[in-house]
Amino acid sequence: MEQEQIVGIVRRAAKDVFGTMLGLDIELGESFKEKASPQESQKVVALIGLAGQWIGTGVIGCKPEFACRIASLMLMTEYQAVNEDVLDAMAEMANMIFGSVKTELEESLGALGLSIPTVIFGRNFATRSVGQQAWTVFPLKAGSDEMELKFCLMPNRDFQMSPRSLRAQPMVLDHA
Amino acid sequence: MDLNVLIVDDSAAIRKILVRVLSQTDLPIKQVHEASDGCEAMKIVEANDVSLILSDINMPNVDGLELLTQLRASAKWKDLSVVMITTEGSQAKVLEAVALGAKGYVRKPFTAEQIKEKVLACLKPAA
Repeated sequence: MEQEQIVGIVRRAAKDVFGTMLGLDIELGESFKEKASPQESQKVVALIGLAGQWIGTGVIGCKPEFACRIASLMLMTEYQAVNEDVLDAMAEMANMIFGSVKTELEESLGALGLSIPTVIFGRNFATRSVGQQAWTVFPLKAGSDEMELKFCLMPNRDFQMSPRSLRAQPMVLDHA
Repeated sequence: MDLNVLIVDDSAAIRKILVRVLSQTDLPIKQVHEASDGCEAMKIVEANDVSLILSDINMPNVDGLELLTQLRASAKWKDLSVVMITTEGSQAKVLEAVALGAKGYVRKPFTAEQIKEKVLACLKPAA
């Protein structure tokens, strides 16, 4: 599958989810490739895995203030600090964005499984996916708030049609 | 007839949104129950007179399709109205859910109007 197609799919999914669920018209910047994820200073990060004949990971990450704004818009309740609701809203954003990506990818790549999202809130940590595949990074803005979407996808060389093959790729969390 | 609605989703955020959407309809809702997976949902169905289920598909433990299978296998709940609300948008999953007896299917992300429309449609008596 062409990289440009994947970029288009992720961009459409992000625009759709932010517009439909939050009423936010986001600006998506130029996507770029990144080999290693930089260390995060203080962020809320949600990760979700895809597995099947292809395997991959989707990540969304932003400052706590934007995560609170997302939860406030989604749940129509004002959030000033990160709590369970805010983490849950971020998990659901990742689920919806990369769930839509999965659905579009399946038309070309065959059936894929989607993991349950994981959310991390903290400081001085880095995330990486096991494997050498570079991330495609999608910077986005909603007014003065910024977020980064990251996605990597690669063929699953060990793929066999079994429940095990639909398990998502393991994520590694590094503490500084 | 007053409705007992059950919302099944592992995301508390989605459950809150759906509770709000239901409260904005003119439906005669008596009570809204919440469950975070199919296993919890079955316990609520067994203990309450549930008339409508809004369920996700991808959930830990017992997922939405397994929940549908369990309901359809029961003489008591085989006709219970179930609307699937899920990120699983592939045609294969939609067909699978419909084959298992789902009366409606809404793909996430959704608007409040889409939910209301599906709920009203599946509560309409068959012509």
